[in-house]
Amino acid sequence: MSEDKNHIVPYKDHLLVLFLLISLTVITVAVTSIELGPYNTAAAMVIASVKAVIVLLYFMHLKFDNKIYKIMTTIVLMIFAAVVLITFFDYLYR
Amino acid sequence: MENTTTHHADLHRDDTAAKIGMWLFIFTEILLFGGMFIVYSVYRFRNPVAFHLAHEELSIPIGLLNTVILLVSSATVAISISAIQKSDKKVALISLMITLLLALTFLVNKYFEWGAKFEHGMYPGSELMKNLGHGDMLFFSLYFFMTGLHAVHIIVGMVLLSVSLYKVNNGAINSGRYALLENSGLYWHLVDLIWIFLFPLFYLIH
Amino acid sequence: MTEQKEHKHEPNFLEYQGKHRGLMGWLTSTDHKRIGLMYFYAMMTFFLSGVIMGLLMKFELISPGQQIMGAQTYNGLFTVHGLTMIFLFVIPGVAAVFGNLFLPIMIGAKDVSFPRLNLFSWYLYILGAIIVITSQFMGSGPPDTGWTFYAPYSLKTNTNVVAAVTGAFILGFSSILTGLNFLVTMHRLRAPGMGWMRMPIFCWTLYGTGWIQLLATPVVGITFLMVIAERTLGIGFFDPALGGDPILYQHLFWIYSHPAVYIMILPAMGVITEIMVTFSRKTVFGYSAMLVSSMAIAFVGYFVWGHHMFTSGMSSTARWVFSFITFLVAIPSAIKVFNWTATLYKGSINLQTPFFWALGFIFVFMIGGFSGLVLGSLATDIHVHDTAFVVAHFHYIVFGGTGFAFFAALHYWYPKIYGKVYNGKIANIGLVIFFIGFNLLYFPMFYLGMVGMPRRYYDYLPQFTTPNIISTVGSWIMVTGLLIVIINLLKARKGSGKEINDPWDGKTLEWTIASPPILENFEEIPVVDHEAYDYK
Repeated sequence: MSEDKNHIVPYKDHLLVLFLLISLTVITVAVTSIELGPYNTAAAMVIASVKAVIVLLYFMHLKFDNKIYKIMTTIVLMIFAAVVLITFFDYLYR
Repeated sequence: MENTTTHHADLHRDDTAAKIGMWLFIFTEILLFGGMFIVYSVYRFRNPVAFHLAHEELSIPIGLLNTVILLVSSATVAISISAIQKSDKKVALISLMITLLLALTFLVNKYFEWGAKFEHGMYPGSELMKNLGHGDMLFFSLYFFMTGLHAVHIIVGMVLLSVSLYKVNNGAINSGRYALLENSGLYWHLVDLIWIFLFPLFYLIH
Repeated sequence: MTEQKEHKHEPNFLEYQGKHRGLMGWLTSTDHKRIGLMYFYAMMTFFLSGVIMGLLMKFELISPGQQIMGAQTYNGLFTVHGLTMIFLFVIPGVAAVFGNLFLPIMIGAKDVSFPRLNLFSWYLYILGAIIVITSQFMGSGPPDTGWTFYAPYSLKTNTNVVAAVTGAFILGFSSILTGLNFLVTMHRLRAPGMGWMRMPIFCWTLYGTGWIQLLATPVVGITFLMVIAERTLGIGFFDPALGGDPILYQHLFWIYSHPAVYIMILPAMGVITEIMVTFSRKTVFGYSAMLVSSMAIAFVGYFVWGHHMFTSGMSSTARWVFSFITFLVAIPSAIKVFNWTATLYKGSINLQTPFFWALGFIFVFMIGGFSGLVLGSLATDIHVHDTAFVVAHFHYIVFGGTGFAFFAALHYWYPKIYGKVYNGKIANIGLVIFFIGFNLLYFPMFYLGMVGMPRRYYDYLPQFTTPNIISTVGSWIMVTGLLIVIINLLKARKGSGKEINDPWDGKTLEWTIASPPILENFEEIPVVDHEAYDYK
């Protein structure tokens, strides 16, 4: 039995989220086709991260589920970020 | 006294446990692809020019199309879960079928994309690839390896969703019991999540 | 007690008959205790074969020059010894055997959350083991890369690397699924009243271990897949001739394999805590410090992998960063040692075999830990890197730590598992011989490394002879002790059983039920109304 309250997301909301995601994808393609120097990659990654957070929160129900899932996901992503950062202590300064 | 080894596990089911288990598995998958993203970022950092030149071999329209396909399929899976919660079996079935169809389209696109590369003699281990410069070689090795592993995940996701579809149809998945569909959906969203990063990293290098 | 009487009617987990009888009854059983024992039997087999390989290597090193084998055989032997001991014994080790046997009981559950997945993990473990072992005999000979499979040599050598790496990949998958199962079990199946802060420390260490298994293992999994792809498809990831970076392979390998050390040692620390508490008849000193330090070890241990690579050619910034974090991880480990000894203070100490094993653990773990600081400092590491010093260090930690804890756990829970009592006197004699042999075997290697004897060679210069002879003789003494211990336990298994449910006056839940436990552990799920170690 699931003790979590089952929040039923209306169809309309899913379509709204989908629209948002597709718009962001189009924006990424547009942004990376203009010249921004080193900021192109940064912009693409920021937009991708925003999209990922939207998918996690709405499609994967993190927003409505028990807090424990949100906490665990955040910690895991932070650990991964820390691993990347520490790896680059090597490559940035070699 | 009757004691069997198998039935005692099923005396009570625990949907929350299944869901926590699925999330933990997703974390494992994130770190699995995470390892590859580390390799990617290190080599891109060391070969910026070659990665930029090599990515021009990839077609942005196909990548964009596949991105949209996966996003829509994620939305339809999410809709199917909402539908089953409302006991709206018809919508659930239709949206699941759309998802599977889109997944298949994704793979067909991928097939043609890879096929075109293969026709030009560009595949892992080919002479052409061995004679590439180091940076280009690393780019295409990573491209084939990462999108290939992603495609394997697509196939696994399709199997899970097909089983869910079958069980929705015969009523084994219903508004009171939909853990399998929910967890298959989570897995499918993970596949989408990974592609959200693969797309800009391979197709949109500036 | 009336409940005690009822237990007699229920067959215990060793005896009950299910759908299948005999061996099939075990191979198809989803009972966590049977699975734990199946891990135990498989693991002891692999452990003993690893011991034999170690003995052969030590015999080769008894004096300079070639004794019984040439260089290539020796290279294969230390690789296979490492693979067997690391992947088949110490990494699953305490967690898969004693975690499976006792985690559900200690939190008051009938089984783990996913019993069939648990059995599946065991089959994956066996499958991986078979592949690793056949890689020794098939194709072009055993891998000779060392268990680390460092690129680019692992990409170039003609030996059977692909099979060994595939086996390791499958073993990793088994490890992930076991960790996942334990985590969900602790989240979902704690008995009523068994709050998080009432769990025995052993469960907490398994919780930390589960997270490491989940988050570190996939990284090495993907790395091994890349090595396989590189060898079979001829694409370049780590081969410098194709533009790859072999140091990146080392990064990815140690991102897993350093945390793997904590996969081995954390449950071992949990076992030692249980034993220290039970045999001091006093609650643990600093329960929350104990669990926080377990989590801190798991967490910080994730970011220290680079200290294996100080001489590999990393940037100097990375080197001091890793050195710094490495010293940080010594703090929670020291907290644990402090708390164990503080638990003894004013306890009423019960001098029994498991307690002696635990003391032995603390002694060798301290030596291993201090020599680790020598290796964690940049300057001294460069002096002793890739020498016998390193071999001594990690045998003190991995074998001394996990191995001692494994036997401590075995002696601690033996009466519970089999419902039999072993001969304590012989067990103690075996332990003393083992302990003396262990130190004779490994301590001279610290000295040998300091004076410059490199590791992984079948031969050495004549001036290293005396310490090497001591070390080889030590290996014989240690194995004698090991045999005494094992034979003593085997004899006890055949001996007549006494009905003792709580021989050591333990306070955790496994001591409240019958020995051996019945199929679903408890007649009725207990309601827990006291703290973890409730000594009045």
